[in-house]
Amino acid sequence: MSERNVVPDVHRRMKPGPPIFGLMAEFATPAELLHATRRSVDAGYTKVEAYSSLPIEGLAEALGFRTRLPLIVLIAGIVGALSGFFLQYWISVMDYPLNIGGRPLNSWPSFIPVTFELTVLFAGVTAVVGMIALNRLPEPYHPVFNVPRFELASDDRFFLTIEAEDPRFDPEAVRGFMLGLGAAGVYEVQH
Amino acid sequence: MHEEERLVNVHPPEPLIREGNTYGSVTRKISGAVLTRRTPRGWYIAIAAGFLLVMVLLAAVSYLFVRGVGIWGINIPVGWGFAIVNFVWWIGIGHAGTLISAILLLLHQHWRNAINRFAEAMTLFAVSCAGMFPILHLGRPWLFYWLFPFPDPMSIWPQFRSPLIWDVFAVSTYATISFLFWYVGLVPDLATMRDRAVHLWVKRFYGVIALGWRGSARHWHRYETAYLLLAGLATPLVVSVHSVVSFDFAVGIIPGWHSTIFPPYFVAGAIYSGFAMVLTLVIPVRAMYGLQDFITARHMDYMARVMLATGLIVAYGYVMEAFFSWYSGSPYERYMMVNRSFGPYAPVYWMLILCNIVLPQLLWIRKVRLNMPALFVLAIIVNVGMWLERFVIVITSLHRDFLPSSWGMYYPTIWDWATFTGSIGLFIALMFLFVRLLPMISMFELRQLLPWPSGNGNGQKGGGA
Repeated sequence: MSERNVVPDVHRRMKPGPPIFGLMAEFATPAELLHATRRSVDAGYTKVEAYSSLPIEGLAEALGFRTRLPLIVLIAGIVGALSGFFLQYWISVMDYPLNIGGRPLNSWPSFIPVTFELTVLFAGVTAVVGMIALNRLPEPYHPVFNVPRFELASDDRFFLTIEAEDPRFDPEAVRGFMLGLGAAGVYEVQH
Repeated sequence: MHEEERLVNVHPPEPLIREGNTYGSVTRKISGAVLTRRTPRGWYIAIAAGFLLVMVLLAAVSYLFVRGVGIWGINIPVGWGFAIVNFVWWIGIGHAGTLISAILLLLHQHWRNAINRFAEAMTLFAVSCAGMFPILHLGRPWLFYWLFPFPDPMSIWPQFRSPLIWDVFAVSTYATISFLFWYVGLVPDLATMRDRAVHLWVKRFYGVIALGWRGSARHWHRYETAYLLLAGLATPLVVSVHSVVSFDFAVGIIPGWHSTIFPPYFVAGAIYSGFAMVLTLVIPVRAMYGLQDFITARHMDYMARVMLATGLIVAYGYVMEAFFSWYSGSPYERYMMVNRSFGPYAPVYWMLILCNIVLPQLLWIRKVRLNMPALFVLAIIVNVGMWLERFVIVITSLHRDFLPSSWGMYYPTIWDWATFTGSIGLFIALMFLFVRLLPMISMFELRQLLPWPSGNGNGQKGGGA
């Protein structure tokens, strides 16, 4: 714990911020987490995040979150298709024309399989790399890991944080609010 | 009303996860199989057998590199021997993994959640075994990269009208996407492993490969989006891969290869052999690790049914092959079929019919589907049958084509067999290493199958616990 605190101190010298990262509430069930998340957003908190060991339907919607990932993947797929086809076109028609059984140089039906494979390759790799990058992973250190109970976030407990960056953040008020939501515990999250 | 009741009573819907399991018990049992459980004795036996056969593979491949492909039984006319038979067989086995992970996900077949991780690992290792063979089959395997388009100093490029080049793109894309799908599926579970590991270096190992996953709602949302997109992309991909593999044959003019039925018939065969392999692996591992809570009798029943259904499609393929060879009116096509059924390789053909069509009909019987030893034996039989099918397609078509003066025979040598059994050893070794080191069932997807536990929440402001 103490050695971890060294890092945020440096942080704080660069940019004076709140002394703690925020407060974390623990819940026993996904339903409670979903309910608590909705209530927190309704109460006007903006820096809210929920943590769970399984995807919970409605949670991202409750946070008003949408992702651009599908659009990025679509663009990557189109780029893959175009580059796949024109790679073959350029090689077979322009750079290295070969007469294969009298077929036209631009024998496009033969180019379809490779075009298709490259479409899938570009789109698939982009879906994964894009997901990881937009999630800002890999991120080995994050303040939430400082809460010992948070180990259970990947098991069977559910957590909600309200961050100190939130303009409405007031430690005592937030603690009271979280307990009012039925939290099984409320913890301070150190930087 | 009476009818409905009767139906319900005939098939009592067994839950996909045995009663009494919770989020916590899923975590404990599956991560515990890796982290805390004593390694079962069967695991040691399997890994020892696998390792031994990997040594056989190493010896066979080393000798191949020293002497060249002449150590195999291939000749002219049969230039494609075991190497291509094994390639097609292995890549087909891989396809069931993608079917289970991608197609069944899109179809909302939730029972897949218990077996998808396992099947995806199987795909990855089967594709590795498959990818090895065409490269070993090259006269100069160290120049395999010539297959890819790259600006080389000789200013030559691959010939994109050839299915062999399509194959390079199809198989390498398939291997990449299979790996990504498997790894992405693992990330949240690796975080669970990280949090449950006790030993510092074990924690660090899982921590590094878990990428710092913390299960935030926004991350999950992007994650699910990416997972669904990958499934949507992998679905046409898996169909395209075996279609392209079948083009390697169908685009050729050899009787027995030049056939429009090949792509669908190959894809069905791939799924057939793949499900057989999933069953071959799942039955012993399930018994070894006591996973009956999560891989229930219902799962086994479903897998056996898919095997039966795809087996029937394959049977239809065989019938149509015979019909078209007669209906074509081409003497070469007709002779191909006569030669296949009554020529020098006839025993192989009839063994294939026995293994792939006749014996699997036992799967119509529910008792057989639910009897694990019987199902295991049938799965092995289908594996053998599908290998024989690839043998029949490759060898009987090549060994007698148009001109009797160019006919010949193919006999596999000891090195053919050593490379083939060695690849099975590599597969077994990789599979059991995976079972030992990574969570073999997807924990986060199993949790999704459990009903939401009823706490005091449920939309009410609870008074604390």
